[in-house]
Amino acid sequence: MGRTLAEKVWDDHVVRRAEGEPDLLYIDLHLLHEVTSPQAFDGLRLAGRRVRRTDLTIATEDHNTPTLDIDKPIADPVSKVQLETLRRNAAEFGVRIHSLGDVEQGVVHVVGPQLGLTQPGMTVVCGDSHTSTHGAFGALAFGIGTSQVEHVLATQTLPLAPFKTMAITVEGELPEGVTAKDLILAIIARIGTGGGQGYVLEYRGPAIRKLSMEARMTICNMSIEAGARAGMIAPDRTTFDYLEGRPHAPQGADWDAAVAYWETLATDEDAVFDAEVVIDASELTPFVTWGTNPGQGAPLGSAVPDPAGFADPQERIAAENALAYMGLEPGTPLREVAVDAVFVGSCTNGRIEDLRAAAAILDGRQVADGVRMLVVPGSVRVALQAVEEGLDKVFTAAGAEWRHAGCSMCLGMNPDQLAPGERCASTSNRNFEGRQGKGGRTHLVSPQVAAATAVLGRLAAPADLTANVPAEV
Amino acid sequence: MEKFTVHTGRAVPLRRSNVDTDQIIPAHWLKKVTRTGFEDGLFEAWRRDESFILNRPERRGATVLVAGPEFGTGSSREHAVWALQNYGFQAVISSRFADIFRGNSLKNGLLTVVLPQSTVEALWELTEADPNAEITVDLVAREVRAEGVTAPFELDENVRWRLLNGLDDISITLQNADDIAAFEAGRPGFKPRTQPVA
Repeated sequence: MGRTLAEKVWDDHVVRRAEGEPDLLYIDLHLLHEVTSPQAFDGLRLAGRRVRRTDLTIATEDHNTPTLDIDKPIADPVSKVQLETLRRNAAEFGVRIHSLGDVEQGVVHVVGPQLGLTQPGMTVVCGDSHTSTHGAFGALAFGIGTSQVEHVLATQTLPLAPFKTMAITVEGELPEGVTAKDLILAIIARIGTGGGQGYVLEYRGPAIRKLSMEARMTICNMSIEAGARAGMIAPDRTTFDYLEGRPHAPQGADWDAAVAYWETLATDEDAVFDAEVVIDASELTPFVTWGTNPGQGAPLGSAVPDPAGFADPQERIAAENALAYMGLEPGTPLREVAVDAVFVGSCTNGRIEDLRAAAAILDGRQVADGVRMLVVPGSVRVALQAVEEGLDKVFTAAGAEWRHAGCSMCLGMNPDQLAPGERCASTSNRNFEGRQGKGGRTHLVSPQVAAATAVLGRLAAPADLTANVPAEV
Repeated sequence: MEKFTVHTGRAVPLRRSNVDTDQIIPAHWLKKVTRTGFEDGLFEAWRRDESFILNRPERRGATVLVAGPEFGTGSSREHAVWALQNYGFQAVISSRFADIFRGNSLKNGLLTVVLPQSTVEALWELTEADPNAEITVDLVAREVRAEGVTAPFELDENVRWRLLNGLDDISITLQNADDIAAFEAGRPGFKPRTQPVA
C-alpha cells in the first residue's frame, strides 16, 4: 500500500524501532529561542552533557525582544536576564545565535525558512508550538516542550508516539480578497480546536497548489490551533523555486540530488488517510474570530452567535464565557464591532507578502482616529525588504507604527501589549484570554482585514473600503 | 523525574473546556529561567476573581485537578506543567488533552488521565458536593477510584513503565548511541547544516 507524505518523512528518520517502544526519530533541524531553552541547557550542564549536533542547531531571539529602542539596554530586567541566558548558553555550548541587532534576527519560524534551513523531507523541531509552520515545505515539523528540547540537544533524536493522518483537501479556488488566513480559520472552525488531535494534517487539492510558500506557511502555522501534531504540504515547483539560491539551500549536484529526493515525497496515489475533510475554497469569504479560542470564528459578513444555539453543552458554556470576556452581544453584526488596536505581524502573518498586502490597502488611506496600529515585521530581513519597497513609509504615512522585528503583540511578552478591555484585530494565531495583554480582546484576522479594519475602525474587509475612496486623489 | 505509582488526594473541579496554556500560566511568567517558582502564576487571571474555585479555602491542599475537555491547548510551554506541579497538583483528569501538554506532563511525572466525559461529570458532581471527597489515581492498576466511581484508564505501556520507575528519557535514548551514530553516517550529504562542523 502507498504511503502519505508524513509517513514517508517519518520512515526516513527512524533511528530505532522496537516492539513496545516508541520509534526513535532523528531530528534534522533544531530551532531555539530564549523562552523554552534555559531550563534545557541547565539540564545538560547538570548531567555533564554537550550539544550533540551544534551544526543542526540554531538560536534566535524573538519572544522577549523589544520592537522599539533596540539599540538601548533592554528595560525589563527579567527579559534581559532571559536573553542574556540564551547568549551565554549559545556561547558555552557552541550554538549559532542571531541576537537582537543581528541582520538574521527575527521570529524563529520566519528565520528558518528565509535562510533556506527548512527544506522538504526534513524533521524540524522547536520549543514552540508554531513550529508546524515549517510543514509548508513538506517537512515534518512540530513543537516540543523543554524536556524534549533538552533531549534533542543531547541526542539529536526524540522517542515519538505514532500519529494518524488526516487529508484536508481544499477544492476550487479562493475568491478574490479571500486569503490563506481566512481558509485556515475556516478549517479550524470546521474541525474544532481538538479536531486534529493525534493527527498530522496534510493540506492538499487545487486551492493549496496555487498558494505561495508564504501563504502555505500561514496555513501550516495554525495547524496547532486545530490541535494537530503537525501540518504539511507536499513540496512542488513553488517550494523548489522558493528555496533555490537561499543561503543554506543545496547547490550544484547536491541541489539536483535533493530535488530528486523531494520529488518522491508526495503522498502516493493509493495511500490511505485515517480521516479526510473536504473544503470548497470558492465558498469562502473573509473570516474572523469572535471568541477566545481559534475555533470560535465566523464569516465577517455574519453576526456574533447566540450561545443558546450550540447543541453541545461544553461548547455553549465556552461560548457564554467567551462572549462575556469579549464584551460582545449575540446577534451583533461582526462588521459593527469597533476596535482600539490593530496588530500586523507574527509567525502567522509577519512575512513580506503579508506586509505588502496590508500596505496595498493602507496606501493613500489613514488609520481611523483612536485606533493604534502596530506593524511588526517577522524578521530583520523582512523589515529590510519592506523598507526597500517603501512599505514602511506607506505604514507611517497612514498613521501606523512601524516597529522592529519580533513576536511582539502576538503574545505580549515584550512591552507591546493591549490594555485591559482593549479590542484588537490581530493577524496573529491565538485569541486566548489575556494573550495580547491582561484583559485584552483579540479578533484573529488576515492582513487584508487588519488593514481595512484599521481604516474603518471596525471589523471590515477591503471590499468595504471602495466606497470610502475619493473618486480622484 | 519523580516516580508516580498511586496518589490519593482531594480535588479541584474545573468546569471549563479549552483551558489553554495561556490561562494555566500567562506568558509574562515564562521569562523565568528556572523550573520552579511558577505556583503564583497558575491560573493567574482567574485567581484575581475571589470566587474562582482555586481560591476557596476548602480547596486548599487539593492535588487532583478535574478539568473539561481540550485541557492544555495552545502553546508548547512546559511551564504549564511546572506551574501545576509547583502549586501541588499531582494528577489532572480530563476527557481530552492537547497533545503537547500531555507529552510534557508525562515527562515530568504529572499524571494526565483520560476518562470519558460522563465519568468526569460524575467526579465533578462528587467533588463539588463534598470538597473533602478524595480521588485515587492508581497507575499500577490503571484505575481512578472515588466514591461511586471506579474507572479504568488507558496509558501507553512504555510511558507507564517510565512513570512507574521515574526513568529519565535521555539516559534511555543514550543507551542507543550506536544506532544514532549509524543513522548519522547514512544521512544524505545535501541536508543543511547551520554551521561548519568543528
